[in-house]
Order: sequence, then C-alpha cells, then structure tokens
Amino acid sequence: MGNRTPLYDTHVAMGGKMVDFGGWDMPLNYGSQLEEHNKVRTAAGMFDVSHMTVVDIDGDGARDYLRYLLANDVAKLDGKPGKALYTGMLNERGGVIDDLIVYFRDPGYRVVVNCATREKDLAWMEQQAQNFSVTLTERPTLAMVAVQGPEALEKAKAVLGIEWTAIIDDLKIFESVARGDWFVARTGYTGEDGLEIMLAAEDAPGFWQALADAGVAPCGLGARDTLRLEAGMNLYGHEMDDDTSPLAANMGWTIAWQPEERDFIGRKPLEQEKAAGPKEKLVGLVLEERGVLRAGQPVVVDGTEERGIITSGTFSPTLGYSIALARVPVTVGDSAQVEIRKKLMPVKVVKPCFVRNGKSVI
Amino acid sequence: MSEIRSELKYLSSHEWARLEEDGTVTVGISDHAQDALGDVVYVELPEVGTTLAAGDEAGVVESVKAASDIYSPVSGEVVAINEDLEDAPETVNGSPYDDGWFFRVKPSDVSELDNMLDADAYREEAED
Repeated sequence: MGNRTPLYDTHVAMGGKMVDFGGWDMPLNYGSQLEEHNKVRTAAGMFDVSHMTVVDIDGDGARDYLRYLLANDVAKLDGKPGKALYTGMLNERGGVIDDLIVYFRDPGYRVVVNCATREKDLAWMEQQAQNFSVTLTERPTLAMVAVQGPEALEKAKAVLGIEWTAIIDDLKIFESVARGDWFVARTGYTGEDGLEIMLAAEDAPGFWQALADAGVAPCGLGARDTLRLEAGMNLYGHEMDDDTSPLAANMGWTIAWQPEERDFIGRKPLEQEKAAGPKEKLVGLVLEERGVLRAGQPVVVDGTEERGIITSGTFSPTLGYSIALARVPVTVGDSAQVEIRKKLMPVKVVKPCFVRNGKSVI
Repeated sequence: MSEIRSELKYLSSHEWARLEEDGTVTVGISDHAQDALGDVVYVELPEVGTTLAAGDEAGVVESVKAASDIYSPVSGEVVAINEDLEDAPETVNGSPYDDGWFFRVKPSDVSELDNMLDADAYREEAED
C-alpha cells in the first residue's frame, strides 16, 4: 500500500481507478481520461495534488538563501506579497534537480516541489541551508486541490463563499492569497485559467464534494498529463533531470542572468554552455499521419547523425492527433522524422506549446 | 469487475477469438484489456489478404496511455477488418466483444483454437 492523500477515500467512492504514482495511490481516471481532459478545456475540472511537497522557508536569511538556491531570482518578488515564480533548482553541474514554484508570503516563502523528487530535494535544500539563517518546514498535513478550466474561478468562488469572492476577483495570474490554513493561488498545470488551493487535510473531502456538486469534474493523473503536454509544460524526469541543462529543456526564460553578481548554484556551467552555444533544444512535434508519438522514440533530424529523443508524447484530445515534446539537435528545421515501431514517420517541428485556453496555438 | 464471456477463447496477451458459423475466426481484445489501456485513440489493423501465423503481430492498439501489440491467435488469411474503428476507435472501449472487433481470419487449422485459454483460465490470468 502506498501513501494516501486526505482525498483517497473520496476518490475510491467516486470510482477513481487508483494507481501507484511516486509511492502514492492516486486516481488515474474516474472512467474516461478523454472526457476529463475535455471538461478542463471547456468547463472545469479538479485534481488532487496533495501528493506534492510543500515547504515553508522562513528566517532572516530566506531571501538570500533562495537567491543562491534557485536559478530564477526571488528578488523579482520583492514588494509583491503573494506573487509566484517558476524556477529550476540546479545542481553544481547545471543539471535540474527539480522544477518548482516559489510563492512570496511576506515574511517568508513557500515552495511546492514534486513528490517523486521529495527526498533528494529536501536533502539538497537542507544541505544548502547550512550557511544561511533559515528554517525549512515541510507541511505534510496540507491537502492541495487544483481547479482548472474556463469556468474554474466562477465555480471555486461559488463554493468558497462570499469572503473569497472579492479576493479571487482581484487575484492576478501567478498570484496567491493566504487566509489561515487556506492558501489560494492562480496557478496550474493545464494551460487553462484556474486555482491551486491548499487547505487543511480535514477540510479537503468536504471541499472536493462541494466542488463536485457545483459541477467541477473530478480528473485523474491521466488527464493531468495530456493537459500539461498540450500546454507544453515540462514534467520532471521527462523533459529535464539531473543531467539535463535547463537550456535544453525550454527553461532558459526561468534563468535570471541579471544581476551578474548574483551567484546561484549552477551558474558557471550554464554561462559556459550559453557562451559555447547549447547543442540541444526542446521542441514540439506534430504527427500528421495516424499513430501516436511516445516518450523514448528517436527523432531523426536532417543534416546530422545525432538523434533527438521524444521526452513526452501522447494523443492530443483537443487537436485530434498526436503531439510530443522532444529534445533535438539545435540545427533542426521545421520538419523531422520519428521512428515508430521501426518505421520513419514525418513530423512537423513547432514551438513547444500546442494549446492555450482551449485553443490550438500551433 | 470486467466481463469475460464464457463462449470465447482467449490469449494471455488479452485477445479473444470466436469461431463463426461460416468457419472464420473473429479476433478482438478483452474487456479487461480495454479497461487497462484506457481510452483507445487509434487502431492499426492488418490488410485484408495478409497471411498470418498463430502468434504473429497483427496490429497495434494505441490508447491515451500506451501502445499495445495485437497478436493473431490462429494461422490463416485475413478476410475482413473492422473499418469502423478508423473513425471510431472508442468503440473498442464501449463494445470490446461486439462492435469493437478487430479482424477476421479464415483459419488454416481450426484446432489452433484449442491451444487458447477458456474463460475460467483467462479469468485466473487476468486477475493476477
């Protein structure tokens, strides 16, 4: 038996097909992954993301610590309480230990890291904290629910009640508000508008049920993966890992090179890589023929013997054909070929983002 | 619990086979298999006229989750394929034993069906 979130019994009662995910028993779907996916693109769906790891970072040295620990710069959050920042946490070789969101709580910060990388992340964060005046406090008793889709804010407001309505109306994208144990952020992993809501474990089943009664569809990890892939969002262990540079994972925009005097872990190897010119980049692939692109399939690019590789692939429910993210030689043009079951299939090469706010952006 | 039909024969790789009155054998995948795969989005079928040996790869079923090879349980010539699956692959999820059939073979040795699992034996395999 794996770890269970405070919503485990609720998932089972609602017909969730439970599978192991990073040591957690999580719902893969509640019947049809495609229907759940489409619900998020056209109305509202919700995901239990309580398995993710929440760590609060407090103390006089918190800001300096995070400016050293993270490739993006939390100084961008100064004077903006509630504001969130997406960033990589890199090792000394410039590889990605994890990707995470850091929220400015003023005072202090909250970070949300992946569950599959929890132990190495916490060990690394503790190790780096030795030289700073900070305390790290994991918050395992919090549950987290993501409500996503064009109707997500409206439905969430109806359930949260009058005291939250004005707050959510004022909440901009990538901002958060805390009230007691409740923490509401306008973030997500689907390419749609929506909220990620942290709350006390004991409040989670009632909140989930109230959202379901308001017409928000329970969605499993299957739909979460196809939604994030359509949105061109990275998944740790696929698009990046300890041996992959953020520059080869479409995360260049998350590296704060300025100010030059800020030393962050991984800066030197990344500067060298940038000066030499990265050899690989992350692109999107579109298969116009019938078939489905899958992670691990080799990508053949004109003019080089070097092969690329698909890091994530799926059938896109919104577009009706297969899409993928792939790490390929930077010389790639606007077409390539993918080897599927020993056959070479032609694919279009596009920017690594396929769907935003319900619409194709290819 | 998934449905396992008692009148059909099965492979441990989750194909079913049914001997029709005209002597041909219809092949599809079990309810257990479609449930494990999740939403089916694409089915690649053999061409009519292809000669298959028992155990040959005859096609591929792709779901939102994974690709899975389809094996022919019997030797013979492919005499029909379910062309409706091209536009409606989800039929495999909704009706795995009826409208969601894959292909039909004119068997060269009908006794090969005896090598397959009966419903009880398949149920034991599927539950493991």
